[in-house]
Amino acid sequence: MLIKLTGGTVYDPAHQIDGKVMDIYVRDGRIVERPRDGEPVSQEYDLRGKVVMAGAIDMHTHIGGGKVNIARTMLPEDHRIDPTVHTEFCRSGCGHAAPSTLTTGYRYAEMGYTAGFEPALLPVNARQSHLEMCDTPIIDKGGYAMIGSDDFFLRMLAAKQDQNAINDYVAWIMHASQAIGIKVVNPGGISAFKFNQRALDLDEQHAHYQISPREVLKALSRAVHELGVPHPLHVHGNNLGVPGNVETTLKTMGAVEGFPVHLTHIQFHSYGTEGDRKFSSGAAAIAEALNKHKNVSADVGQILFGQTVTASGDNMRQFANASHASPKKSVIMDIECDAGCGVVPFKYKDQNFVNALQWAIGLEIFLLTEDPWRIFLTTDHPNGAPFTSYPHLIKLLMDKSFRNDMFTKLNLDAQAMSTLNSIEREYSLYEIAIMTRAGAARLVGLHDRGHLGVGAGADITVYTDNPDREAMFAKPDYVFKDGELVVRNGEVVKVTWGSTHTVKPEFDRAGIEKDLKKYFDTYHTMNMEHFKVSADEISEGGHSRVIVQECKGRREKTA
Amino acid sequence: MEHLSQAIDLSSPGTIEAVTCPACGLLCDDLSVERHADGALKVVKNPCAKGVKFFQYIPKTTQARINGKPADLQAAIAKATEILGGAKHPLLSGLGTDIQGMRAVMNLAEKSGATIDHMNGKSSMRNLLVMQNSGWQITTLTEVKNRVDLLLVVGTDIVSYFSRFFERNIWNPESMFGQDTSSREVVYLGGRDLDTSHGVSPKGVKPTVLPCDVAQLPEVLGVLRAILLGKKVIATEVAGIQVADLAKLAERLQAAKYSVVAWTASALDFPHAELAIQNIVGIVDKLNATTRSSGLPLSGSEGDVGAYNTSSWISGYPFRMSYRNDYPDYEPHHYATDRLLAEGQVDAIVWISSFNPARLPPASKIANIVIGHPNLELETEPDIFIPVAVPGIETKGIQFRSDSSVALPLKQLRATDLPTLGDVLSAIEAGL
Ligand code: SF4
Ligand SMILES: [Zn+2]
Repeated sequence: MLIKLTGGTVYDPAHQIDGKVMDIYVRDGRIVERPRDGEPVSQEYDLRGKVVMAGAIDMHTHIGGGKVNIARTMLPEDHRIDPTVHTEFCRSGCGHAAPSTLTTGYRYAEMGYTAGFEPALLPVNARQSHLEMCDTPIIDKGGYAMIGSDDFFLRMLAAKQDQNAINDYVAWIMHASQAIGIKVVNPGGISAFKFNQRALDLDEQHAHYQISPREVLKALSRAVHELGVPHPLHVHGNNLGVPGNVETTLKTMGAVEGFPVHLTHIQFHSYGTEGDRKFSSGAAAIAEALNKHKNVSADVGQILFGQTVTASGDNMRQFANASHASPKKSVIMDIECDAGCGVVPFKYKDQNFVNALQWAIGLEIFLLTEDPWRIFLTTDHPNGAPFTSYPHLIKLLMDKSFRNDMFTKLNLDAQAMSTLNSIEREYSLYEIAIMTRAGAARLVGLHDRGHLGVGAGADITVYTDNPDREAMFAKPDYVFKDGELVVRNGEVVKVTWGSTHTVKPEFDRAGIEKDLKKYFDTYHTMNMEHFKVSADEISEGGHSRVIVQECKGRREKTA
Repeated sequence: MEHLSQAIDLSSPGTIEAVTCPACGLLCDDLSVERHADGALKVVKNPCAKGVKFFQYIPKTTQARINGKPADLQAAIAKATEILGGAKHPLLSGLGTDIQGMRAVMNLAEKSGATIDHMNGKSSMRNLLVMQNSGWQITTLTEVKNRVDLLLVVGTDIVSYFSRFFERNIWNPESMFGQDTSSREVVYLGGRDLDTSHGVSPKGVKPTVLPCDVAQLPEVLGVLRAILLGKKVIATEVAGIQVADLAKLAERLQAAKYSVVAWTASALDFPHAELAIQNIVGIVDKLNATTRSSGLPLSGSEGDVGAYNTSSWISGYPFRMSYRNDYPDYEPHHYATDRLLAEGQVDAIVWISSFNPARLPPASKIANIVIGHPNLELETEPDIFIPVAVPGIETKGIQFRSDSSVALPLKQLRATDLPTLGDVLSAIEAGL
């Protein structure tokens, strides 16, 4: 079966195609060069005048796992205002801040997204994360395994174990949790909180292990690099939300000593202490540093006004933030000598000084960071805002007058503290395609996604060009997932189930499992074998299948 | 050792290691089970009474019944489909199953416009309502095992529900942070005639026991909380407990580095028990202003934790939600099995109970279908009975542990002709 997409205006930054009128052929879920001799076209879509991009990829979105499900469970009031009804194709569910899995998949697809990556897959909770992601229709998914406050790793670090052993452990974790990346959250801090430390700066010592977050970052960024994992270490830094944390963030960029690193929801880590209220924008310094450090990428974690819920592995910071909860409730957990979590509902208000400035800081970072290949469009769903607000965010980036209109409605003190309305830049469609497609695929290590070249998976989104970019990106004309038409006019017309992307770095299993087995048998409450999620579990029920993306192969030790 | 992914011969005798036991919410996965040639199973490592009984079971029947008469599976499924197809508002309750079973429950519930509730709905809701009202600060079993220095047990002895709790998580010989575990302190607050022997340390140190009627726990906990908050308490005694003793307890909690306050909602069986839990949450909250403390809500039996998690991710709500409209809706008080039956709001009930043969459907006069453990000790014959494979014995599966952070694989331990719950429910759904 051959599909022809005729005459669309194509934006495919992976191939430097910036608005070129082209035909695209799709056979058996993949993009092909042209029909075989005599091969008939089974279906043709006339896309003349339409904008064509690869399916969008959300490289950081909390869609599956313990804390997301806690957020769902604890917020019935938020679901009640956004029920989603049963349709001919879709099952019912609920939306808003922490949507049900089914609704999550449908709504992503309806916005032209074809993949989303859960950034805080607790290894001990990986089974649940994958269960939920397998019940998330249409889109592809994957997860970054969260370590760095797990006692096994901290013990290794404290015992000054060889980097090779650490690399083996990191690889073991990736296999065991079916992950495609490694994330560290408040390096060492989640564990420190269990010892009643309430803050941990980059060079502060963990009370029990006597190691610093800097050492955690160095060991992990190096491990990820040496294992050949395409996605750099994904870092949620220390001091999230703390005024003055811009210094920590700038130092964190240097702490990895040149190894690739991705700083996530950097907006929450870009705060200064200037002004009467001792809260100011660190965006200019952050953007300048990002422009300079080519080994560093970031996603913004933009906040948008309204009700949402913050769900994070960072129980230390979430505990500190719980007093700002709205509605007033929070779940804070220590988890299995592995990690922690904190779930705090939150309402961002445009008349609140801090919230308004957070909004402006996020946009400043977007607009002042020069290289769209190293900055990514996220709201850290649902922490800054639900993912369904992406079209609105795209409009803010692409439309200066709209942005300035919004800016003038903000809290006046916050306006006075921001340079936002003096920034002229407007993102182009090409740059949006980089941030949400080509760049994201490259960053995550999806070799056959995020582009429209021959051999790519046929995840394709077609929009009607519209100067109102919010309207345009909210409702694509067509979305194809693996070559199947899944969305027409912004509505799901077919439900598929997507795949789970992983990498499987090489490592010495026997060596590391000798220590792990002893650790599990002595200290844990589960058998080491049960910690591992098998590919069979993911394909069970036919809702997903594991795709192993290329891992470049283990590199020589670098030092 | 046999693992999930390995092909295994389920008929020949042998010993299976690292078996997960779903007989209570602790989900111990350190059992060894011997399989005999006739399929009989015997726990040979880490037996506890409940676990031993669970694995001992041999199906008395593998045959479905319609109106008490043996029927083949297809006929029973067809009849069940007819009943559900004709029902205006069916109730899927019990829900004693694993995650794969729950996924099938959710599919069928939506297809048939049903309401769902769990057999432990009443006790689970005590916790969930507090979680939805104020949230809480809690911990998990491995943290307890390695960190707890003071365990406060409220309204229960734990072991009547979770036999191996102390053995595995309190008196474990080694812990990770250099603590001498035998120096851990245990306090029982509330309850009568508890088995506090498990709270005696290996050195012989006896636990502190402050008994009272569980129904008075809201007041007792309220006073403890007031003391911690620095409020002046005028009474000298509450529910038979000296306020001075509560003050001592408050001091110990404040001095502890990682106290854990454990309760089991099913033991708090009195009206407005949420108030007791709410006070525990408040106590833990206050303690965390200066030191570390966590709640430990113990549950997870009959798959309740797995059931509410699955329902939450698929529909947005834990159980006591309904698909009677075109969208899910949640009424934690209204959609209770007892109440729906008493008020005549539902016209068919499917009772699912796969783990425990003693957990029976409530009496009702409406069309009733029972799907579950082959040896269910049914007192009245339902319209339809369909025996299914027991997860963890006759079919593999996945189950959530008490602390909700851990989901463990269940193994298939012997061959069977029994269908899985998923097989049966999917077939019914396909027929609707
Ligand atoms: S304590 Fe519970 S889970 Fe553990 S063996 Fe006994 S019944 Fe099974
Ligand atoms: Zn995040």
